[in-house]
Amino acid sequence: MNIHEYQAKELFRSYGVAVPSGVVVDSADEARRLISEKHGIFSGQSSVYAVKAQIHAGGRGKAGGVKIAKSVSDIPGYVETLLGKTLVTHQTGPEGRLVRKVWIEEGAQISREYYLSLVLDRSSRRISILASTEGGMEIEEVSAAHPEKILTLPVDPEMGCKGFVGRRVAAFLGLPITLYGAFSTMLANLTRLFVETDCMMVEINPLILTGDGRLLALDAKVSFDDNALYRQEKVLALRDLFEENELEIEASKHRLNYVKLDGSIACMVNGAGLAMATMDVIALAGGTPANFLDVGGGASKETVEQAFRILLGDPAVKGIFVNIFGGIVRCERIAGGIIAAAKDVKLHVPLVVRLQGTNAKEGREMLRESGLDLQVAEELFEGAQKIVQAVKGAK
Amino acid sequence: MSILVDRSTRVIVQGITGKEGSYHATACREYGTRVLGGVTPGKGGTVHEGFPVWDSVKDAVDAVHPDVSLIFVPPAFAADAILEAADAGIELIVCITEGIPVQDMMRVRRILDIRNEEGETVRLIGPNCPGIITPDGAKIGIMPGYIHKRGKVGVVSRSGTLTYEAVWQLTQLGLGESTCVGIGGDPVRGLNFLDVLALFEKDPETEAIVMIGEIGGDDEERAAAFAKAHMTKPVIGFIAGLTAPPGRRMGHAGAIVSGGKGSARDKMKALESYGIIVVDNPSVIGKTVAEALSKGDYRRVPTCH
Repeated sequence: MNIHEYQAKELFRSYGVAVPSGVVVDSADEARRLISEKHGIFSGQSSVYAVKAQIHAGGRGKAGGVKIAKSVSDIPGYVETLLGKTLVTHQTGPEGRLVRKVWIEEGAQISREYYLSLVLDRSSRRISILASTEGGMEIEEVSAAHPEKILTLPVDPEMGCKGFVGRRVAAFLGLPITLYGAFSTMLANLTRLFVETDCMMVEINPLILTGDGRLLALDAKVSFDDNALYRQEKVLALRDLFEENELEIEASKHRLNYVKLDGSIACMVNGAGLAMATMDVIALAGGTPANFLDVGGGASKETVEQAFRILLGDPAVKGIFVNIFGGIVRCERIAGGIIAAAKDVKLHVPLVVRLQGTNAKEGREMLRESGLDLQVAEELFEGAQKIVQAVKGAK
Repeated sequence: MSILVDRSTRVIVQGITGKEGSYHATACREYGTRVLGGVTPGKGGTVHEGFPVWDSVKDAVDAVHPDVSLIFVPPAFAADAILEAADAGIELIVCITEGIPVQDMMRVRRILDIRNEEGETVRLIGPNCPGIITPDGAKIGIMPGYIHKRGKVGVVSRSGTLTYEAVWQLTQLGLGESTCVGIGGDPVRGLNFLDVLALFEKDPETEAIVMIGEIGGDDEERAAAFAKAHMTKPVIGFIAGLTAPPGRRMGHAGAIVSGGKGSARDKMKALESYGIIVVDNPSVIGKTVAEALSKGDYRRVPTCH
């Protein structure tokens, strides 16, 4: 699960990691009101503000999602421009993300910019600290062009981030020695945040050294382990459903694992690995997969029906390929579910069903005799070829 | 021969009175596995579906000396269950549970690694896996037993149903399987591809290995490098997720291309460079194994030791 920058900064603050002060607004009027009331950040001396669109994607600056207001009076105008705008960044996909909230924060004088992140490293099974002197740049780009400018250090979560680790990173970044202590404390706090809230990644890009010699997280990005959300009530409360695909939310309500893709051939599969392989085989047969969908072990009539509805909720879908390897679940039960669901849902696109495994022959027989307009397949690739052909024929 | 489990393997089930545990303990027993009973805290001394139930793994170990514990405990308690089994001296732990927080698994792995370094033997299969089966010997997991046939191909995979797909092909072609190990779809797990490849290399019954990987991490690459350096048997590889977009998790917690790393394309290239026979169509896994085995000259001699 991901959260917004303003939420991540609030979380940072609660763990003693310094961030710029700011407010989040969802209308220009609210911004005007806060300014006229001299609320919080508008009461002080600051004359420069950053006005930042809040979406769950990086690359906002380049996409025009961050404005610098040189005076308070410029702020409402920028808020107006950003709200309701669809930002397209390299992480949003071509459809972009609608801006519903804007974060306004005090501008900071930047003396130096750094990159700092903590990620869960599956290979070393440690928390990995990544630090770079190239703040403000995409870390993947730095990694490709100047790998020597990145320091990677594993941290044992049991031990936490000790002072020596902090000092080593501080030295690598070339921080003034007077800041080693403050930096080490910040890194230890971030590690504690990482462990206590079950993070997968915490990223500060850039971390800045201000003109007056303070460390400040100018941006904040945090993502959490979905498997741990059951014990992270406060984190779960930060979930923003507007940032997630409607069909994916609907699917998760029915315990279906669905990811929307850009293609035109939908697939419904039992098991995550087989679902991925099915997408690949659709591509191999000359089609484009419209989604990932794992219906799990059950595949009852209700599950299949919900799955059909979700697949058909995507207007790009031109055909459906059902691929079930019946193990514990017998294929004739799955066939029954498909027949009942297909009748209720009234499919208007070609359907190919591939059944294999337990009682597959009986299942296929039931499908053929159902009178439904569908094709039956025995092998995976055969099924993929049939659906690709059917979709081409239907055009 | 086979690896890790056979007809003599003694099994207990943690979480045996739960719906899943109960169903699969019975299914494993029906397959012929020696399921001696199970553990559910608070239900010790009772009998469930004909299985004796103990309060703790320690009690079960004292009573019946099992070799393996099969775990069906809910995610919030699964890490504790694995550690309990390890603490009681169980040498092979198979954890089916899906949805364990990854940091819990990091701690579990850490503790198991320390125990192994200190001279104990404790192996973990999973979590988030179908388990392990030696056809006609022992089924310790949730896979459908009948699709398997005792034979000469070792199978190791991060997936469940995709493994059944490959197994079914091997069975239909009459090649059969020596042992199939589902190592699981989580980012941090117990046994890895590399560990299982090493076991298959030593197993006289295994003549070829099917390795089914997917996007995310670099475990397939590490295993392939090992295969090139240390293995004589052909390895046939498939990687799922060629069409998966970067940054999106594909069902399995571990199936994600992140930071430009772990894509299917890169993995396939790496595997090929290490001499693994890579198939891009999962429908031809069985056929490719048969071809590799029929070419007598295929068997490679390791280039270095």
